[in-house]
Amino acid sequence: MRNGRAFWLFVGPFAIGLLVFVYVPIVWSLLLSFFDARNTVTPTSFVGLRNYADMLTDKPFLSSLGTFSVFAAFIVPLTFVLALALALLVNQISFMQAFFRSVFFLPTACSYVVASLVWKLSIFNGVRFGLANTVLAWFGAEPIAWTVSTSPPWYWLVLVTLRLWLQLGFYMILFIAGLQRIPHHLYEAAWIDGASRGWQTLRHITLPQLQTTSVAVVLLLLVAAYQAFDEFYNVLGTDRGYPPFARPPLIYLYYTALGSGGQDFGHGSAGAVILTLLIAGVTLLQGRVITR
Amino acid sequence: MLAACGSNTGRGGNGQALRQWYHAYGEPGVQQAVERYAKSYPKTPVDVQWNPGDYDSKLATSLLSDGGPDVFESTLQISSVRSGQVVPLDDVFGDARSDFSEPILATHTVDGKVYGVPQAVDMQMLFYRKSMFAQAGVQPPSTVDELIDAARRLTRDGVKGLFAGNDGGGGVLAGPALWSAGLDYVRDHQVGFDDPVAAQAIGKLRELYTSDSLLLGAVKDWAEPDAFTQGLVAMQWTGLWAVPAVQKALGDDFGVLPFPKLTSAGSPSVPVGAFGAMVNAKSKRIDEAKEFVRWLWIERTDYQEDFNLGYGFHIPPRKSISAKASKLTSGAAADAVKFVRDNAKASNPPDWTSVMRTAFNDAVSRVVRDGARADEELRGAAAKVRDELKRLYG
Repeated sequence: MRNGRAFWLFVGPFAIGLLVFVYVPIVWSLLLSFFDARNTVTPTSFVGLRNYADMLTDKPFLSSLGTFSVFAAFIVPLTFVLALALALLVNQISFMQAFFRSVFFLPTACSYVVASLVWKLSIFNGVRFGLANTVLAWFGAEPIAWTVSTSPPWYWLVLVTLRLWLQLGFYMILFIAGLQRIPHHLYEAAWIDGASRGWQTLRHITLPQLQTTSVAVVLLLLVAAYQAFDEFYNVLGTDRGYPPFARPPLIYLYYTALGSGGQDFGHGSAGAVILTLLIAGVTLLQGRVITR
Repeated sequence: MLAACGSNTGRGGNGQALRQWYHAYGEPGVQQAVERYAKSYPKTPVDVQWNPGDYDSKLATSLLSDGGPDVFESTLQISSVRSGQVVPLDDVFGDARSDFSEPILATHTVDGKVYGVPQAVDMQMLFYRKSMFAQAGVQPPSTVDELIDAARRLTRDGVKGLFAGNDGGGGVLAGPALWSAGLDYVRDHQVGFDDPVAAQAIGKLRELYTSDSLLLGAVKDWAEPDAFTQGLVAMQWTGLWAVPAVQKALGDDFGVLPFPKLTSAGSPSVPVGAFGAMVNAKSKRIDEAKEFVRWLWIERTDYQEDFNLGYGFHIPPRKSISAKASKLTSGAAADAVKFVRDNAKASNPPDWTSVMRTAFNDAVSRVVRDGARADEELRGAAAKVRDELKRLYG
């Protein structure tokens, strides 16, 4: 009895918070997706699957799913390889390890919004005295309008470097944790058997032992890429709305559901459900493929 | 609770006060001014809430609930009318109705009914640097082609010809480009740009973008005059609100122009918009709220003048007030008043919904920045706008 009370005392507040702020909104938005819900969250006009049909034939929404794929194709492998490389390096060094670990981890603590503004306004602004353009000027190159130009699409450079800087440290820490759990005797045994210290041990001991970590990292990276919003919104969004390129699904849904000039919760919710199913599907598939 | 969020009117949050919302104006003194107005209202206590941050989203969310304000300022959207969020205010105007500028009143009218009492008019226009024009031997442009030519000739010595936003002009100049050819977003419930000339008009923005004479990626966007006052450009598209800052930095060395015309069917234009005072349909005290709006924005002309000209730089929506305002009788401000009288176009008409805007802006962006075919893109956008109009008007 006492135990039960203590359980609810500790778990209760979180359970209630979870219920009120997570589960109720999810169920609510599922309901909204079947209604014509413009400027209301208590709609009365049931439309069945029409919102879903609209979203699945909506070109901008489909192209935003394409945008995600492009972004994920860049950012997932890049972060994975670089985070692993950093983890291997930091784990190897015998001096100032804590220092380097902290230095690489520190950007994780930075807000996406703040970092976006630094990238947009000081490093990659388009005027001749921006940081990147100053460096270009040393080599006699013309200033580039980084976040404006679409051919070539320089904005990808801005967005990918920004996210790399922000998330690399976090995944490095995950890999370091994984590396430290590999028993040292495995390496010793390999060396006795004549394995070389570099590639062979990495290929046959380190990487296989990191499999669980790798699965988790890829999963987290994919979900994070799907959910891209903050840096895109802050780097490319203007007071006139968001340009049609590099528009992640969440940004498109945000403008659909909450944009000024009419809130359309029906279509917005339908899009959100489609996106959720897609993330769940890809995650399950990916988990199955890698762990097989 | 109310006292904690809003201001203390001295009467306390006793539940009897009308709740009035404003967004956070940037100019110092406005908040104190509107609180002073509210406090001097003799009939009911009024709690003013000042809302910094994303006002539009906050307001939209609160209007869905029962916890919203009784009176608030906003621009009018047809969706709020159709979902019954605001009440008509035609009876509030009385004789004063004809004193309001017609194009401004139109931005608060849906299906023949007025839902907002315009508080202050904002407008956009083209600023140009007289000394740079004289040096380059360029005349102020009066057609779109002259504008493109001027931008090209003024681009030299690290100075760009024109700054019209970091998106390359497709955002703020798309409307003026349509008007320059005698077209519009929406006209009489029909698509206003379903015309071969539209492709030509938007094509001009592409020409401008590729002429290498636009400043792109400036630190502050078009709404701030910094690129212009720092001498990075010879021309900038910004708004009336920037006049004091530009005057301070450049003295008399600047002039203002409307966006020029493209064809003889078109005309010069300045986009205008106005926040209006509106009454929440969910309010339990609609009549009191309407009476307060009438008192503040119709009867008290002294407050309307103070609100428009005491702090920032706006044009009073009532002709009788703007005509006698001494601050608006000379220089760029006088020109702006004239442009609003002769060339005003609604920057954001109530029935230009976010679906239409997204479709149109996407099309323009693809034409201007990616070089997509203007006729195809605009035809696609027109189809989307037509569907949406059909949904609205049947």
